[in-house]
Amino acid sequence: MAEINREDVVHLARLAHIDMGDAELDRMAGELAVIVDAVKAVSAVAGDDVPATSHPIPLSNVFREDVVGHTLTAEQALSGAPDSEDGRFKVPAILDEE
Amino acid sequence: MSDQILSFDEAMEKYDPVLGFEVHVELNTRTKMFSSAPNVFGDEPNTNVNEVDLGLPGVLPVVNKTAVESSIKIGLALGCKIADKSHFARKNYFYPDTPKNFQTSQYDEPIAYDGSIDIELEDGTVFTVAIERAHMEEDAGKLTHMGGATGRIQGAEFSLVDYNRAGVPLVEIVTKPIEGAGRRAPELAKAYVAAIREIVKNLGVSDARMERGNVRCDANVSLRPHGQERFGIRSETKNVNSLRAVEHAVRYEIQRHAAVLDSGEPVVQETRHWHEDTRSTTAGRPKSDADDYRYFPEPDLVPVVASREWVEELRAQLPEPPAERRKRLKEAWGYSDLEFRDVVNAGVLDEIEETIAAGTTAAVARKWWMGEIARRAKLAEVDPADLGVSPQTIVDLNRLIESGKINDKLAREVLDGVLAGEGTPAEVVDKRGLAVVSDDGALLEAIDAALAAQPDVADKIRGGKVQAIGAIVGGVMKATKGQADAGRVRELILERLGV
Repeated sequence: MAEINREDVVHLARLAHIDMGDAELDRMAGELAVIVDAVKAVSAVAGDDVPATSHPIPLSNVFREDVVGHTLTAEQALSGAPDSEDGRFKVPAILDEE
Repeated sequence: MSDQILSFDEAMEKYDPVLGFEVHVELNTRTKMFSSAPNVFGDEPNTNVNEVDLGLPGVLPVVNKTAVESSIKIGLALGCKIADKSHFARKNYFYPDTPKNFQTSQYDEPIAYDGSIDIELEDGTVFTVAIERAHMEEDAGKLTHMGGATGRIQGAEFSLVDYNRAGVPLVEIVTKPIEGAGRRAPELAKAYVAAIREIVKNLGVSDARMERGNVRCDANVSLRPHGQERFGIRSETKNVNSLRAVEHAVRYEIQRHAAVLDSGEPVVQETRHWHEDTRSTTAGRPKSDADDYRYFPEPDLVPVVASREWVEELRAQLPEPPAERRKRLKEAWGYSDLEFRDVVNAGVLDEIEETIAAGTTAAVARKWWMGEIARRAKLAEVDPADLGVSPQTIVDLNRLIESGKINDKLAREVLDGVLAGEGTPAEVVDKRGLAVVSDDGALLEAIDAALAAQPDVADKIRGGKVQAIGAIVGGVMKATKGQADAGRVRELILERLGV
């Protein structure tokens, strides 16, 4: 069984900005562990000799012509943001490289 | 805060520098790499975005064909092999400059790899720089740090994000380690970035304006004692955004590394930030070769397959490489090394070529572009090419001079008129009445007046002191507002005085 505990789910929920109740957190911890285990089953058949597959259908060169299409207005773009200022997304200062 | 540095000479005596560059080139496609939002610099924040650029749920990116073709052209111009099949990958990281929490890039199968370019330094020395790869990716949004005293991230209270730049097509060009540059390393760094900028500009795939961030350089520097094979530990100075800064940053890092090594301490593998004001770098974040970006193949995009036919079709579209073109033009025009270098540095190669094509000699074209036009450009603080002087204007001006209709001084005035929108040179001459006065009658009238005004000078000339004639010629030129042919005036004065 994969190690997904309740604290992991709390952390993920916070990162994803999803508000979850106690009952949901308990249930999700169990469900995520099962899902991770299910995905793990792939490694039983896919060894190092199997190349990573990005796409299940053998397609290539799906292109778009370089023609301008639709855009959002700044107002629309910002409509889902928790905070904004001067037409821009407002985010907490994050200490990292410039 | 400030690091110890050795003098450059001392650093060079003790150590051998190894360089490496990652240059990001923004492509000038109309739209973004994976969305049809416009790729335009300087618009109002968050107006050139759509759902794809904002990474909203359920969106599907689609690759811009022109961006792929531009990338292949860059690969070809760098002498690279073009991958038969390449694919995109997600480079995962968490920072607000990408709303998706990953950058779509290429990882183990870049579009172009294994190239090389010859870099010519100012004195003609040539270094060959091996290119590891050139891969396609997308640019990130622009963060502005607010609050705090310095406007820098340290002490900032919050940041404002504009995603107009997010998704703009980028090609990242990565060199193999560059050894053997020795004390020419800073100069080579500058010349390398200049060459990349010139190549992508010549290909027409990027506006290549460094001040706008179209070409950005990360410079890797490490030192090792002379004779040592193994590379030293490197630093990576990020986003050095002018040619001069690239040269200075490499030079500074060499001096700083040398001081660290001399102290017996190991160099820290880290990113560095370049500061133009102090011409020094400061530590950024530690960086390991195993930075965990958890790359994986992008499931929303299918591979790019570059058929031989497609690549050859693009190769056939490549313009003449800049270095070859310079060599050809220098020979054709017959300029000296110095004259040609000045022309290149003034950035008027295209203009001179067009002017010659429009119908002047190489000497005349150079006289105008390096003379009067360069002078005006300097005054106006713009590039000569941006003054709006067309090659045809120069051809017309030159014809008017050669036919004796105007002289050099008047030609400058005619150019004023052309630039003021008064028409072609011939029209300006007519409208402003600028033609050289060649009607002897009008000239003689002015000469008689000048002689009458300065009878003593007239006597001197009659007495054989011909060199005194300048005063009379000057008087006539003044009376005709410079529109007389001074040579003819002189002849007529001597005739008049019977000398």
